[in-house]
Amino acid sequence: MYRYTDFDKAFLATRNAQFRAQVERRLKGHLTEDEFKPLRLMNGVYLQLHAYMLRVAIPYGTLNADQMRQLAYLAERWDKGYGHFTTRQNIQYNWPKLPDIPDMLDALGEVGLHAIQTSGNTIRNTTADPFAGAAADEIADPRPLAELIRQWSTDHPEFQFLGRKFKIAITGSADDRAVTAAHDIGLRIVEKNGEQGLQVLIGGGLGRTPMIGQVLRDFLPRADLLPYLEAVLATYNQLGRRDNKYKARIKITVHEHGIESIRAMVEGRFAQIRPDFTGADQALLRAIEAQFAPPAFRGGNTEAHDAAYGADPVFRSWADTNLAPHRRADHAIVSISLKAHGATPGDASADQMRSMADLAERYGYDELRISHEQNVILPHVHKSDLPALHAALKAQGLATANIGLISDIIACPGMDYCALATARSIPIAQEIATRFDELKLEHDIGPMKIKISGCINACGHHHVGHIGILGLDRAGVENYQITLGGDGGPDATLGSRTGPGFPADEIVPAIERLMLAYLDLRQGPGETFLATYRRLGADPFKSALYDSARTKAA
Amino acid sequence: MTDTALEIAPGTLPETVLVTDAGFSRDDWSGPETRTATLAPDDRAGELSDRLCGLELIRVRFPAFADGRGFTLARDLRRMGYRGRLRAVGHVLADQYAMARRAGFDEVEIDADLAARQPENQWRARANWQAHDYQARLRGRSSGAPA
Repeated sequence: MYRYTDFDKAFLATRNAQFRAQVERRLKGHLTEDEFKPLRLMNGVYLQLHAYMLRVAIPYGTLNADQMRQLAYLAERWDKGYGHFTTRQNIQYNWPKLPDIPDMLDALGEVGLHAIQTSGNTIRNTTADPFAGAAADEIADPRPLAELIRQWSTDHPEFQFLGRKFKIAITGSADDRAVTAAHDIGLRIVEKNGEQGLQVLIGGGLGRTPMIGQVLRDFLPRADLLPYLEAVLATYNQLGRRDNKYKARIKITVHEHGIESIRAMVEGRFAQIRPDFTGADQALLRAIEAQFAPPAFRGGNTEAHDAAYGADPVFRSWADTNLAPHRRADHAIVSISLKAHGATPGDASADQMRSMADLAERYGYDELRISHEQNVILPHVHKSDLPALHAALKAQGLATANIGLISDIIACPGMDYCALATARSIPIAQEIATRFDELKLEHDIGPMKIKISGCINACGHHHVGHIGILGLDRAGVENYQITLGGDGGPDATLGSRTGPGFPADEIVPAIERLMLAYLDLRQGPGETFLATYRRLGADPFKSALYDSARTKAA
Repeated sequence: MTDTALEIAPGTLPETVLVTDAGFSRDDWSGPETRTATLAPDDRAGELSDRLCGLELIRVRFPAFADGRGFTLARDLRRMGYRGRLRAVGHVLADQYAMARRAGFDEVEIDADLAARQPENQWRARANWQAHDYQARLRGRSSGAPA
């Protein structure tokens, strides 16, 4: 794992001191509220519905136990005892007081964490595959490049006042777990003729105008990454619209000018910028890579696991859903669900954070990850430790066996917290999870991604949910539209709207009708909802949604 | 207070103040306007490519501090080989001074109201813009300003 250098530490301390001074200057009137706003945003501070909110970056989703404990400390010392993990590998504190925030940032700095550029019209926290460095299907660990991008984008003098926010994601696996096609820039590590490079996607994004990213460069040599990113950003900074914030993202720039024209501009700039980079970045990259060396994996047999798997159905159910294949056969990747039925998706209490930190230290080589699906991952666990780990998680209420199932819902904070929201998201997620738990259909239904957004800005990624739910305000009443067939994987697809939305008290029965129709229509338990939908199209699901509603209404 | 280095009697502040690493001063440009050019945020640096060697001062306007296009213009001008004075003019915050310097500007020109609200000490606090600069580190340079 990356450890801050003296340079990083000095930078962060200076930056935090600057923000402390900015808060004081705001309170004394040297900065107007308008002037202060982008400065607080680029330090992670939002003004929300009820209070300020601090969004802390989990760079490329990677944490060690001490960092997780510090997140717990912040939750207890300055918030209400919990934090909320977001869909972009951040953690949000919803109740800090502005004068306390400089102290919170200093506390984060002690463990090499920060809130820099987690908000505002600048380059945001670069997200990465949460299984990076552990997955069996990985070409290369994307985190060294993500860290290089962190250093390059941090306080970049040219790109702190862009037309709009700018998000980059990177994956090192063909099974894209970082949703790269839904980012302003998506980077995929690929191999060509035995050499590693990057496929560069541009112009993806969800929000009110969802678009799937297009390939800008099919194969970019790794050493060209920073000048190429700089060429894209400089092109966007000059060309992106500033007359309308809803048309300011690079996806609109690409849409309006066409990918060919954008490519010509980017390549032209790239040729000019490339000579600025003379190799110092590559030397730094080599030093970064050395820090991401895999832990010293221990050997030993897996008998304890095999015995528990045969004898304990609760363990078996958890192992079947919450484990993923590790690059080593005697290890597993463990997902800890933050989606207990009826709980707020992505929330973790300080006690839970501390338990997960302890377990990571005891069983997981001191590593934790945060996934965009708002769960916590222990990327490296020896299989013989899994029964003991499961028992410890169970004791903390963290052993919910639902990863990838219908109750593993992504939901934005919605109207319970967010100033932009037009409807609640969290209660809908809670009700769906509770209902399918009662029906005992969750495991029968199998792989299912439900994603809920409380407004068209789509922070809950509803467009790429197998089932997407979008909460809107219809004349003061919450109304929930359904989209079907979305997919955030390597062949990213946007879902299609089924028709009129449903009021809050009818959305859960509507989802239930959809699921019962699917169970009826599928060719067997091996055919997932998404596969069934692709085979049959939307019609049978629309009639499940609307015909019975009409019957009921009649 | 140490924000009085401009040594100008109260009430007689000039309309604009020039900010450099040394602090506040009066605009000392006295050359002919024919040796200057002014760019707006939506202009392109390339528009000056024919005149570049005859220019001694280029002003890049910042009508609003949140419009960061001028930073890319500065980078472009320096990359095109412009070595003369490069000035950011308008609504630039003290908090943006280091960015302006790192992007290639030599100085910032602000109006008197802004200079009164964000006095000299707030700008001088950012005069150490060459320290803690990731860009310089990644490019193997000792300071941030483009070569």
